[in-house]
Amino acid sequence: MSGDLVLRVVAKLLIAFMLLFALYVQFHGDFGPGGGFQAGVIAAAAIIFYGIIYGLPAARKVVPSRVVETMVGLGVLIYAGVGVLGIVLGGNYLDYFVLSGDPVNGQHRGIFWVEAGVAVTVAGVMIKIFYMFAGRGRNGEPEA
Amino acid sequence: MMAATVVAIVAQRNLFAVVVLSGVYSFLMATVLVALDAVDVAMTEASVGAGISTVLFLGALYLTKGEEMKPLHEPWLPLVVAVATGAMLIYGTLGLPAFSDPEAPIHRHVAPRYIHDGLRETGVPNLVTAVLASYRGYDTLGETIVVFTAGAGVIVLLRRWRGRKKEAKE
Repeated sequence: MSGDLVLRVVAKLLIAFMLLFALYVQFHGDFGPGGGFQAGVIAAAAIIFYGIIYGLPAARKVVPSRVVETMVGLGVLIYAGVGVLGIVLGGNYLDYFVLSGDPVNGQHRGIFWVEAGVAVTVAGVMIKIFYMFAGRGRNGEPEA
Repeated sequence: MMAATVVAIVAQRNLFAVVVLSGVYSFLMATVLVALDAVDVAMTEASVGAGISTVLFLGALYLTKGEEMKPLHEPWLPLVVAVATGAMLIYGTLGLPAFSDPEAPIHRHVAPRYIHDGLRETGVPNLVTAVLASYRGYDTLGETIVVFTAGAGVIVLLRRWRGRKKEAKE
């Protein structure tokens, strides 16, 4: 944990905006640059930032390891689930046109969920790798 | 400027400086990508290359020593291999169509359809998102699975290491 007051206050201010920006990049990805991958990385960066400033145990309290591990698999399942839903609704795998009455609307829905899946997996993997590396002590003993 | 950064990275023996310089390199690369109108890629480069990987490098650096070891051999063979590969790649680019040539094969295959019909078919103004998530949905699914596999690999490797340590203690 960093004892520097400036760092801790600035971190607290910045993290909210980082998460907000991640959401913006996620949901505005249809219109501007960005999408699931970038949003996932930015959200993970916010958590990693928190972990660096306030220490790993604090970060693990905010986002427990089990949640992160679930996110890693959940994102892929969301993505693949959209594909399977396409089959169930009478289309091809990853066919978005059948997700709604209006084909364009269906595309919108499909892309939305697919991007959500990408973001969840990417954020989960990034946070997990950080936890794993940061959790190892200097002389090879795991700290947590 | 990027070349200067690379030279500095190679010449530098202090690993902390190398990590910071590679972050600088990533940001320069991101500006190049912005200049090439690839905003989405630039964003990824800036956040992953300069952000997350710098943090991971620093985490790895914490576990090791901060100074690079003196190399055991003179680096002539790697140098020859690198120069030869680079020369072959540059030779290969001579066969490519000129930059932004509208008659290039890549611009005559599926790209016109994406550009002309993409907005009408998907209703998504950002063409990159439309291609990524809709037209090339399978590829993106594969990419997501690659990321998933990377995470699973890290979990499995480091967990196992932890278990082995316990066995050694007993």
